[in-house]
Amino acid sequence: MDRSPVSRRRREVLKGVGAATALGTLGFPAIVRSQSDAIRFGHLTPRTGFLGPLGEYAVMGVNLAVDELNAAGGIMGRKIELIAEDSVNPQTASTKAERLIERDKVVVIIGEISSASGLAIAQVAQRNRTLFFNTGCNSDELRGKSCNRYMFHTEAANSMYVGAEGQALLRDGMVKGKKWYSLTADYAFGHDLLKVAKRFMTANGGTFAADELVPTDAADFSPYLLKIRNAKPDLVISNLAGAQIGNFMKQYLEFGLPFPVAGFGFDTAIAWGVGKGNVTGTWPLVWDSQVKTPAAQRFTDAFTKKYGKPPENQAWGDYLSTKHVAQAMNELKTTDSTKIVEHLEKGAKFDVLKTREGYYRNWDHQLMQEMYTITFKPAAEVKDKWDLFNLSAPVPVANQSLELLAPTREENNCTMPT
Amino acid sequence: MFIEILEQVLNGLLAGAYYLLIALGLTLIFSLGGLVNLAHGAFYAFGAYFAVKLADTVGFGGALILSPIAVAMIGLIVERFLFRRFYREDPALGLLLTFGLAMVAEQSLRWIFGAAPIPFSIPPVLKGQVLIGDFIYSKYRLLMLVVAAAAVGGLWVLLRRTPFGRVVRAGVQNPDMVAALGISLKPYMASVVALAVALAALAGVLLAPISGVHPAMGADILTASFVVVVIGGLGSFWGVVWAALIVGVVRGLTIYFFPPAAEASMYLLMLLVLLFRPRGLFGERIARFE
Repeated sequence: MDRSPVSRRRREVLKGVGAATALGTLGFPAIVRSQSDAIRFGHLTPRTGFLGPLGEYAVMGVNLAVDELNAAGGIMGRKIELIAEDSVNPQTASTKAERLIERDKVVVIIGEISSASGLAIAQVAQRNRTLFFNTGCNSDELRGKSCNRYMFHTEAANSMYVGAEGQALLRDGMVKGKKWYSLTADYAFGHDLLKVAKRFMTANGGTFAADELVPTDAADFSPYLLKIRNAKPDLVISNLAGAQIGNFMKQYLEFGLPFPVAGFGFDTAIAWGVGKGNVTGTWPLVWDSQVKTPAAQRFTDAFTKKYGKPPENQAWGDYLSTKHVAQAMNELKTTDSTKIVEHLEKGAKFDVLKTREGYYRNWDHQLMQEMYTITFKPAAEVKDKWDLFNLSAPVPVANQSLELLAPTREENNCTMPT
Repeated sequence: MFIEILEQVLNGLLAGAYYLLIALGLTLIFSLGGLVNLAHGAFYAFGAYFAVKLADTVGFGGALILSPIAVAMIGLIVERFLFRRFYREDPALGLLLTFGLAMVAEQSLRWIFGAAPIPFSIPPVLKGQVLIGDFIYSKYRLLMLVVAAAAVGGLWVLLRRTPFGRVVRAGVQNPDMVAALGISLKPYMASVVALAVALAALAGVLLAPISGVHPAMGADILTASFVVVVIGGLGSFWGVVWAALIVGVVRGLTIYFFPPAAEASMYLLMLLVLLFRPRGLFGERIARFE
């Protein structure tokens, strides 16, 4: 008879639970394959986990773009075939990127939101000389230390978000001589954002009351809120990501803390997910359907017609990248990645669904573009569940260089490996 | 500083209630059926989604009662057609079944409601805070605590003071003997599963306005709840209650002293407990699992 204190059976149950939890991090592939003469685009983005809600909009955006492009004749008369999968985490993203390039022969990979997974995809893309358009990773490091020739960034860099939000904070007198309490998502994106935010704060005469890391799986913020309440800061700063921003705002209001809130990273889908009466603060935004240029309006109308809800910033990123890649390939009449890189590095201009045209800056491949900030409307002024905030005028203002908000070479140098 | 630490301890004790209702259900199903229910988080998520849909017509109070009942019905069906076949099987089979169920449930929610979180607010009458001295707490969380405490108390009375509870406890210790006495455990097992998933659904309704309603919410909370069960001891009622409180306090104190380890703290705690007490803090010796 087994006399050991813990039986085999009990031990096996525990082991099984562990294994099953680990398995839970794998995702579901969603693969569509058809014609052989089509030009294949790969799309990778997190569709499960804490960035999943944003990934869903990314997938809607890229699908709409491919539909529109195919209806207009595709690329050089060939149809675009989209292969879209859940990137899950950096390891899976890397494996899937390799498979997309080697087995499916995609000419470009579009997507990603997690900066950690973005780096993994970028490395595979560079090794295979395949284009990668980053539509949702904000880390400056991807544009600086980890930059490469085949990676382009439609998504704005952390510096640009901090720059846009920073202008609003300077205007409101929230920096000089003020104490900030910051909460930062404890992974690549958050660490990078904290660095940039700190640089801005110090340069403009602010100090930290405290800056704290928050694990990405934390759902209950009450212990943090108690600490903030005791620290009595002048401003509470969120460097959080994804669904955590929503939980943070909700619980902040639940505890009724009196300090103003601002953040350096934001996604509209998160605000929609918590809804009227649960939102607070001033936040930066890369695009919103309140931008009323003709092209932006067309995108908003087409998206709303297809999906029954308005597009948000992540849908914009994946839609726009897909359009830019196709436009460059059609203009150059080639899918050759090196030729596309040269074309973009020469400063090709693109409609970015904003007032001013944008271009991919030649030394770090960052899309130069206008940015916005948002403030939430009082609950009484909200018309429907999509209408939660007011969008600021674009920054930089019309007579300033688009590069004003972007990191300088000194701040974020990039030397492209050859 | 002392006051601030005390605050974190108090808040942690209250926060322990988050995992409690789910952990209790897990331990119930395991001790009677020998089934580790990895799909338990799915019932928690169902509870939250049903509440969102029901609250439009019956209000939050109505949803708090109706949603767990609706989820219990689903639990009965799942028990009758799936769980029942696995009680006496190799535990690995039960794990595979419930793991698969959890994935099917999560993806179904994603298909039907979308991956984006769905707004669900604290009912207006419960908005606001309570100040006791300098200690601040949200009114809503106080209600949550009262409901959770009532559910735990009710469950204890049911298991300890009723004929139903006597059969269940006997079934936990020795199902063959219960069968030999001419009592079929089948209806008891069905009731226990219904009860356990109803508790998970209740937790889903209560936590929905705080943690958000999204397809992965079940998977997120399940791991932490398992940790609570393991620390408390598989099969032990009060062990689970104690473990939930301890995990809440340890998490609060970790956030006070070293926030990056906030979520890791409970796993470290589990490691320590298992090293020194392999059955968990209050794990009972259940002959057929030894």
